[in-house]
Amino acid sequence: MQWEVVIGLEVHAQLSTESKIFSGASTAFGAAPNAQACAVDIALPGVLPVLNRGAVERAIKFGLAVGAKVARRSVFSRKNYFYPDLPKGYQISQFDLPVVLGGEISILVDGAEKKVRLTRAHLEEDAGKSLHEDFHGMTGIDLNRAGTPLLEIVSEPDMSSPLEAVAYAKELHSLVRYLDICDGNMQEGSFRCDANVSVRRPGAPLGTRREIKNLNSFRFLQQAIEYEIQWQIDTLENGGKIQQATVLFDSDKGETRAMRSKEEAHDYRYFPDPDLLPLEISEAWIEEVGKTLPELPQAKRSRYVSDFGLSAYDAGVLTSSKELAAYFEEVVSIYSDPKVCANWVMGEVNGWLNKAGIEIARCPISSRALAGLLNRIGDGTISGKIAKEVFEAMWNGEGEADAIIEAKGLKQISDSGALEKIVDEIISNNPSQVADYRAGRDKLFAFFVGQAMKATKGQANPAQLSEILKQKLAG
Amino acid sequence: MSISLSDVKRIASLSRIAVSDAEAEATRAQLSGIFSLIEEMQAVDTAGIAPMSHAQEIVLRMRSDTVTEADQHEAFQKGAPQVEAALYLVPKVIE
Repeated sequence: MQWEVVIGLEVHAQLSTESKIFSGASTAFGAAPNAQACAVDIALPGVLPVLNRGAVERAIKFGLAVGAKVARRSVFSRKNYFYPDLPKGYQISQFDLPVVLGGEISILVDGAEKKVRLTRAHLEEDAGKSLHEDFHGMTGIDLNRAGTPLLEIVSEPDMSSPLEAVAYAKELHSLVRYLDICDGNMQEGSFRCDANVSVRRPGAPLGTRREIKNLNSFRFLQQAIEYEIQWQIDTLENGGKIQQATVLFDSDKGETRAMRSKEEAHDYRYFPDPDLLPLEISEAWIEEVGKTLPELPQAKRSRYVSDFGLSAYDAGVLTSSKELAAYFEEVVSIYSDPKVCANWVMGEVNGWLNKAGIEIARCPISSRALAGLLNRIGDGTISGKIAKEVFEAMWNGEGEADAIIEAKGLKQISDSGALEKIVDEIISNNPSQVADYRAGRDKLFAFFVGQAMKATKGQANPAQLSEILKQKLAG
Repeated sequence: MSISLSDVKRIASLSRIAVSDAEAEATRAQLSGIFSLIEEMQAVDTAGIAPMSHAQEIVLRMRSDTVTEADQHEAFQKGAPQVEAALYLVPKVIE
């Protein structure tokens, strides 16, 4: 029997401010424990929160980029719960009046475009960290993260497969990095996903959902949702019922496990925080922020297709990160054949980056250096095949393309006299193949090309060689 | 609205407050008084009135995004019952 899957995502994006959302403590990652937890963050009596303008500015930027309504007036509320890494006993968040309302994100799945609607995005503070190991049965609390600004981005339940959920998460991830409002570092927890998953019969009302918490990689997001869907379908088909619950994904076992059911669910007792007045955002401020918006991934993709003549797929790969797109555009600005540039950036550059497990920002070959290499293919100095050898040498820090070609003597042999001499030798050394070829075995042509390439260590100009071979073999 | 003794005990348990039977009865009487006050307020017609999010009609002041706080964890941790490796230690909690 058929089942329909319904998925909504909540993403916590850590905003890239210097200081915390309500205090002047630093947000830098990796500081010594509690070195960045000030009096406000640890909730000493009498302290008061003061909102960071930079956090609001980033929320406005996001709202404008997704075509949402930026609320002229929004309110901070207290979300109450007890946990030792939350010193105040409440988290300052937004409840009924969030800063960003609506908007949408376009995703591309199997070549088809789909819009995922956003419900809202709101500002809130992060909690501290609890370390459960090695403290003689006690828990260690590090409050450096407490008060770090987060933008919680909530989607409508518009996704209907794990792949769509991953495509949405990736698109959002790319967008916040384009906007420069979040560094997107998933290992450090700067971008975390919660997935709400339910299944139903086609046309039936929404099924009961379970929420998978804290997924910090796209692979886990996909695995967790896949497992959860199968678990819910199996449960229902075996006559069971789904209880609304919060679940955790165990990445070692590849399964989801209930953390708390709805009966034990928290009642957060939200109420407006009396320490904070309503946040008002003027039209002028929104306009000002709007002027700072960069070209967004979707606009960039269309431009690559229309101006550079690239396929939608290639455009998607090249614009997947702002840095990769910038690298590609720098290459194109020097070597003006976008398709060749795209092939090299997506093929060699991306391939080597993946193999080395590094980001484009740390690519050992600069965009200018790559363009220099492409220029040498373009002007016939080296063939595409030799260029890959040069690329590898450049990657290994052996210098720029020209120096490597010179040092290794890789220059293509385009001297027709030299080539003719080599071809003459091959013809005289292989009389039977020549006879067969002349008798009509056209396939032997490749044999002669191979011999010539061997004799020139692959450096013969392929077009010229082919020309000379044809002439000479014709007899 | 009057509340029952079992309501009081449930609220006490949710609030992690130990309440004896005698205290529970006294608390029940006090809470019932509070609830009747709330009932009185709820009787007021508030249709068409925007909910108030703050008592004053002024808006939020913001600070610029700059780091102004230095590391003071040693001073702060003098008041903590137990500290190790600059971490605050608390009884083990695992959800």
